[in-house]
Amino acid sequence: MTVTIYVPGDSGALALGAEKVAKAIEAEISARGLDARIVRNGSRGMFWLEPMVEVSTAEGRVAYGPVKARDVPGLLDAGLLSGGAHRLALGDPEKIPFLARQTRLTFARVGITDPLSLEDYRAHDGLRGLEKAVAMAPADIVRQVTDSGLRGRGGAGFPTGIKWNTVLNAVSDRKYIVCNADEGDSATFADRMIMEGDPFVLIEGMAIAGIATGATKGFIYIRSEYPHAVASMRRAVEIARRAGILGVSVLGSAYAFDMEVRVGAGAYVCGEETSLLNSLEGKRGVVRAKPPLPAIQGLFGKPTVINNVISLASVPIIMDRGSDFYKDFGMGRSRGTIPIQIAGNVKHGGLYETAFGLTLGEIVDGIGGGTASGRPVKAVQVGGPLGAYFPRSLFDTPFDYEEFAKRDGLIGHAGLTVFDDTADMLKMARFAMEFCAIESCGKCTPCRIGSTRGVEVIDRIASGMEPEKNRALVTDLCNTMKFGSLCALGGFTPYPVMSALTHFPEDFKPAPVREAAE
Amino acid sequence: MAMQPAGTDIERRTASVIADMKGLEGPLLPILHQLQDEFGYVPAQSLPVIAEALRMSRAEVHGVVTFYHDYRRQPAGRHVLKLCQAEACQSMGSDRIAEKVKQALGIGFHETARDGSVTLEPVYCLGLCACSPSAMLDGEVIGRVDDETIEEIVEAVRT
Repeated sequence: MTVTIYVPGDSGALALGAEKVAKAIEAEISARGLDARIVRNGSRGMFWLEPMVEVSTAEGRVAYGPVKARDVPGLLDAGLLSGGAHRLALGDPEKIPFLARQTRLTFARVGITDPLSLEDYRAHDGLRGLEKAVAMAPADIVRQVTDSGLRGRGGAGFPTGIKWNTVLNAVSDRKYIVCNADEGDSATFADRMIMEGDPFVLIEGMAIAGIATGATKGFIYIRSEYPHAVASMRRAVEIARRAGILGVSVLGSAYAFDMEVRVGAGAYVCGEETSLLNSLEGKRGVVRAKPPLPAIQGLFGKPTVINNVISLASVPIIMDRGSDFYKDFGMGRSRGTIPIQIAGNVKHGGLYETAFGLTLGEIVDGIGGGTASGRPVKAVQVGGPLGAYFPRSLFDTPFDYEEFAKRDGLIGHAGLTVFDDTADMLKMARFAMEFCAIESCGKCTPCRIGSTRGVEVIDRIASGMEPEKNRALVTDLCNTMKFGSLCALGGFTPYPVMSALTHFPEDFKPAPVREAAE
Repeated sequence: MAMQPAGTDIERRTASVIADMKGLEGPLLPILHQLQDEFGYVPAQSLPVIAEALRMSRAEVHGVVTFYHDYRRQPAGRHVLKLCQAEACQSMGSDRIAEKVKQALGIGFHETARDGSVTLEPVYCLGLCACSPSAMLDGEVIGRVDDETIEEIVEAVRT
């Protein structure tokens, strides 16, 4: 029987040499005349073990990692095809504690299946949600999503079902589903992993959204920095169309739904929903004032559901298993699971899907295992470039939308960047302002001008010029940006700046004092 | 009747790209991406052709081209090296990596080597944040960039 060997095709694994490993295995298979085939699966999300090669044996999957191309002949000598013993052997991948402790709902198939095999997708419970949805009334689908408690995973945390309901009730000749796959936040890669590792789940989620709201056309707007995700989504859409999942009759029903993949052009601000809509329309990615809400007047002025990748990819399991099943995970008003992305200077970096409620300390120290450098953790930025820096003293904060807000932070798209004690928080605050200045769309003054002034004022603090006065000035400027900006770029840049200033005041002391202290 | 479009080679090729894409909803970004694929940059000569075909003003088209970081106004070097400078990569020393690369190549960010071998650019996140610092060379992703990787990259772009 042909043995299946899995070598991830995920960008993270590719960045660590998976392509060379796959080629080496292929060469050995043919040189040794073995009966084996290679499947390019998604990543299991344990990046310190990538490239992680798995083999399907009679006793289940056996993993090896991190594998380098030069390890391949030795692995085959050791009996890779039957799961033989080797110094890189990890055993059953699902028993590795990092994976065993997760609750994988949205990421249930990622790393297990061939991302572009519909047969695999169906064999692992795929399309069940859509099959149920085509037999339901649109309002009932929307109710089920609302009852699940699913909130927008892009960062804002707005209830997905309520957004859908607005679009359902809007009267129009044409409606759209737009998937925001402009995942520009540093420390986040969950959207990318879904698109590369299980693209059909996103297609299924978008088709359900279309049926639920009366939209017949979808767009997936993927950032250009993700060429592999673009390629896999494009191929998956083609396959889904040929299989009748997309098209004039979704799964043979009376509903029509089709979609296109569109590529961004390197503007961070296009992750903001109204700016993304302008970009899709072929305009400058400038933010629109709200109201009108996109749900009423969105793409080309038509009612539009705009949701993040993870929100849409979580819908199929909610339709398949029911709203109660999903809602039973989590805490408070944060229901279900969240794919936490642990990144930066961390020993065990990767994707960890779990119910809401773990504390920041459990995630960083327990799951992440502390820093990669082995030095103490100084700060953790939660929620990307617009998220706050948390010191160790706030490590008891539970991972929950409201709990993070109470501590002047946000969970955003659930990415965590760990910094060790060599990090200079003044420099990080300056970078936040600088990044905002580079990426500002220019529409509103607090963001466009405020960010540049912010860099200048922080530079003055760094050089020891009237530090007290300038610290007060930064605080005042942040206040203006927070309440006066049109969107989250200018509005949330104060989070990293103020949290750095508040929690790490020693880094903002004037230069002469700082030097004297060293 | 087949019409032979008049004008320069760039204008003719631009018209052909537009003809392929014009049926899309919101065709401008796909057209610009395709032009950049075709020419390696978005030629100034293409803009009036686009403006006329999409019934936009030249100023509007110019505004869109200049808004997005991706669109080049002139050709890049033979290789394009992007170094991630976002927070996760900073936490793993991307500043130091960038300095070393700049020194080795003799150019700064947004510059092209005099021999046309390589263009160096910063990028803000490649989604490889659990294997920082990261880079992208001619579309290929590279994780955990270290001194050895820098040497390999410099070697690769010089050939």
